[in-house]
Amino acid sequence: MNLLTISGSPHVHNDQSVKKIMFGVIISLIPAMLVSFYFFGLPSIILTLTAVISCALFEFLIQKYLLHTEPSVTDGSAMLTGLLLAFNVPSNLPIWMMIVGSLVAIGIGKMSFGGLGKNPFNPALVGRVFLLISFPVDMTSWPLPQNFTTSLTDVVTGPTPLGIVKEGLKKGDAMADLMTQVPDYVNLLLGNMGGSIGEVSALAIIIGGLYMLVKKIISWHIPVAFIGSVLVFAAILNLVNPALYVNPLFHLVTGGLMLGAIYMATDMVTSPMSALSMIIYGVGCGILTVLIRVFGAYPEGVSFAILIMNALTPILNKYIKPKRFGEVVAA
Amino acid sequence: MNEVILYSLVSLAGIGSVMAVVLYFVAQKFKVIEDPRIDDVEASLPGANCGGCGFAGCRNFAEALVKNESLEGLNCPVGGSATMTVVAEIMGLAADASEPKIAVVRCNGSRSHAPAKVVLDGVSSCAFAHSLFSGESGCPNGCLGLGDCVTSCQFDAIHIDPQTGLPVVNEKCVACGACVKACPRGVIELRNKGKKDRRIFVSCINTEKGAVAKKNCEVACIGCGKCVKACPFEAITLSNNLAYIDFEKCKLCRKCVAECPTGAIHELNFPPRKEAAPAEALTEANG
Amino acid sequence: MGGVHPEENKLSATKPIEVFPLPQKVYIPLSQSLGAPSKPVVKKGDTVKVGQLIAQGESFISSNIHSSVSGKVSKIDDYPDASGYRRQAVFIDVEGDEWEESIDRSPVLIRECNLSAEEITARIKAAGIVGLGGATFPSHVKLMVPNGKKPEYLIINGVECEPYLTSDHRLMLEKGEEMMVGISILMKGLGVSKALIGVENNKPDAISHLQKLAQSWPGVEVHPLKVQYPQGGEKQLIKALVNREVPSGKLPIEVGCVVNNVGTAFAVYEAIQKNKPLFERVVTVTGKAIPRPANYLVRVGTLVSELLMQSGYDENKSGKVINGGPMMGKALSTIEVPVVKGSSGILVMPEQESRRMKEVNCIRCSRCASACPMGLEPYLLATMSSLSMIESVENERIMDCIECGSCQYTCPSGRQLLDYIRVGKGAVGKMIRARSAK
Repeated sequence: MNLLTISGSPHVHNDQSVKKIMFGVIISLIPAMLVSFYFFGLPSIILTLTAVISCALFEFLIQKYLLHTEPSVTDGSAMLTGLLLAFNVPSNLPIWMMIVGSLVAIGIGKMSFGGLGKNPFNPALVGRVFLLISFPVDMTSWPLPQNFTTSLTDVVTGPTPLGIVKEGLKKGDAMADLMTQVPDYVNLLLGNMGGSIGEVSALAIIIGGLYMLVKKIISWHIPVAFIGSVLVFAAILNLVNPALYVNPLFHLVTGGLMLGAIYMATDMVTSPMSALSMIIYGVGCGILTVLIRVFGAYPEGVSFAILIMNALTPILNKYIKPKRFGEVVAA
Repeated sequence: MNEVILYSLVSLAGIGSVMAVVLYFVAQKFKVIEDPRIDDVEASLPGANCGGCGFAGCRNFAEALVKNESLEGLNCPVGGSATMTVVAEIMGLAADASEPKIAVVRCNGSRSHAPAKVVLDGVSSCAFAHSLFSGESGCPNGCLGLGDCVTSCQFDAIHIDPQTGLPVVNEKCVACGACVKACPRGVIELRNKGKKDRRIFVSCINTEKGAVAKKNCEVACIGCGKCVKACPFEAITLSNNLAYIDFEKCKLCRKCVAECPTGAIHELNFPPRKEAAPAEALTEANG
Repeated sequence: MGGVHPEENKLSATKPIEVFPLPQKVYIPLSQSLGAPSKPVVKKGDTVKVGQLIAQGESFISSNIHSSVSGKVSKIDDYPDASGYRRQAVFIDVEGDEWEESIDRSPVLIRECNLSAEEITARIKAAGIVGLGGATFPSHVKLMVPNGKKPEYLIINGVECEPYLTSDHRLMLEKGEEMMVGISILMKGLGVSKALIGVENNKPDAISHLQKLAQSWPGVEVHPLKVQYPQGGEKQLIKALVNREVPSGKLPIEVGCVVNNVGTAFAVYEAIQKNKPLFERVVTVTGKAIPRPANYLVRVGTLVSELLMQSGYDENKSGKVINGGPMMGKALSTIEVPVVKGSSGILVMPEQESRRMKEVNCIRCSRCASACPMGLEPYLLATMSSLSMIESVENERIMDCIECGSCQYTCPSGRQLLDYIRVGKGAVGKMIRARSAK
């Protein structure tokens, strides 16, 4: 006869688990993955696999031999970090840099704080920013998309559309001329442009984001606030001086904005908890992104914007509380 | 060149002396007049800030001592009488000698003595389990074995024995009483440490009727009263189906231990008896 | 705000109420309601009839207890309650089924009630009626409106938002007319002209049945509600029906509402019109490990084990027996415990569903916070409680927690949030008591 179990209520649980959430996110990344494999070919596949495997391996080794805890690598969170990290680098990055980046992302970005759920900053972004600052040349020589290539060496590199515009404006070129140098909006939306592996196709990422929304993995607050504030802020600048500031739609479909808004900023661990603070966080990300893109040294600002807002998350959590039931509203 | 050195020296010295004067007056202005004995008393205390005395820390205890001007009701369980004598000296009082104490776990309902009838699946918190149900063995008074006492201990002096599932107190115990407060069932008691660490106590606090208690735990006190009769010093009292040995009156004669039919009375650190088998079997069972 | 939607699993929804056979022996606990235990007025060897008073509620919040069977009081002794602690109970050996003569056992519906509000309250108190939704708050206390407060609405809780349970559902279908009379009596007792019955949309038959009946009762309205747990919570139901929020730490009367369960309304009918005190209730026996789920009309004091055997309980297939629903019910450490006035159902979970999932790190997904119907932050409360930050959890309003379990239900990390929150609530409660003692 088996003994009865005693526990406090509730005695049922919905069928969600960390593993399901993580693999849900991974599934939603498939469209973006396929698009980048198509445009960037075999090198991007190898790089992505390298990142995923090394992130998982580093987490396993650190948990097993350094922290002496039960490895939890099967929950998929390390693989997801690897995937997102790979999506944030150009496809011709040397393999060893990818491995170092993975070590930084997992080792410093995640495990040094105590592992899953304890890290203040998005680990994939920590890895990416580390690589960007350490190896700026390799991190900013973007291979131009070719229809599926298996060649590992023969790539043509060129600047990203954001880079073209930024450099051009600095030189004093006219906005209208610059816009002819960058791909048209359809290609930008599909991802036919230079850039990091996973960030190029806004459309594929939006599809993934909708999947996550339907599956209730993420809520709409952060992506909508992020993208919306970029749109509004860029539109204001554009209205002030169209010759100096680019069309807001251009901001939306270029660079890592979609990837950042839908995948990096919505990382549960590093984003705030209540609806209002999520919106503030998203708006903060959006404004910082535009500020860095337009006035900063880098053509791209999404990573930095998100990391800065990550740092503000604990403060948002502390001071913005959900509306308590029965709270007396001052009349 | 020389001028530069000179000017800088003079200006630094000037700033320095102005600051010194300002600081002096500010210190005078905001000076807190405190009884110097507080510092002395605090220095003589162990400094563990355990809270065993009932105050937040050693400093607060020292303040209370000096303010009270007497030692009545105030005792540092960690330092014991040695510390209190020093404190009394500082304050110019006579210390009342209190015997050193130690935490004693009064439950022997181990996994084998009180087998589990249900399995708990939840957080490891005695306070929660106590509010949830009567315990895996069914004993409503016994140790739940989830370690609230262990987490409360600042001195690493109490641990759960993985074999029995019961807490065991080691020699690091300073009788601060944190575990006594942490235990939701009052299983732990501070008792006299005893000569040569010898102690006799009833290792059960179950107040149910004998038959009911025995059903859940084979080493429960069943309130039969045999020990009460056996005790030559009237140290044992019986109430609510439960025997209790007053450690102030107990002379450690061990007569009650042999008398107990369930082996609920424990003796610690005594030399082995020369007598017949039953008593030995008992001490063995008591671990 | 908040809430979750657990799988309904209303296995016994189509099973009509069966009268459960009389047991051989009953154990009637003396603490069956919130508040102080009742004082026994019978002694060992006494012969009692069905419906005879056996224990009297003596303090303001306590209730009378009546014998549920006829027979001999064999002893008054301690008997384990649902949590395994022994409490005083009256043991009765059943002999025949002889009812008190004053009880009207005919099935005739009596619609008119000419009692005054005071008389109604007194009769409800005498009949030992308590809230049958589970909280077992003595019903007569709810009718005594504190000075300066004016009730506007009587709210009748027919939500039954707990999965599995169907006792209220069956009662609404089978005893709807009696319930309407009970509601009108309660309205009279309170002096209100409006009664709102809240029923969730997953019981369309009950909604249409009650709506039809309500046409002949002016002031009584049936409101279909969206299916959402924990809508049966008093505060949540008031919010859903009249869109008022009961302030933190206050009673529903603060916003002009008094909430009663449908079962209570039926018990009021029986007490006032049929002179029958509360000694039996409908209990759902259900669960995936139960071959024959059913709704039984059971005498208080019958052992849970007898109910389970009747439904084909197999101890080798069962991992957990729960008194109540899966979200708020209490796991039993033994099935040899009596049915009490507050038992709405007995749920048996199979072995494989009775254990919790492995607890992993919180991933700060905030699902618990969005599920919390009280707008609290369970992840924060649980962490602070486990770290004994008692004052902080009090400031985070831990005492507002209604322990509905939505947070833990929804946590993907399988964190035992509610366990920790209960630890914190216990500690805060202790602190508040110590403070008020000063």
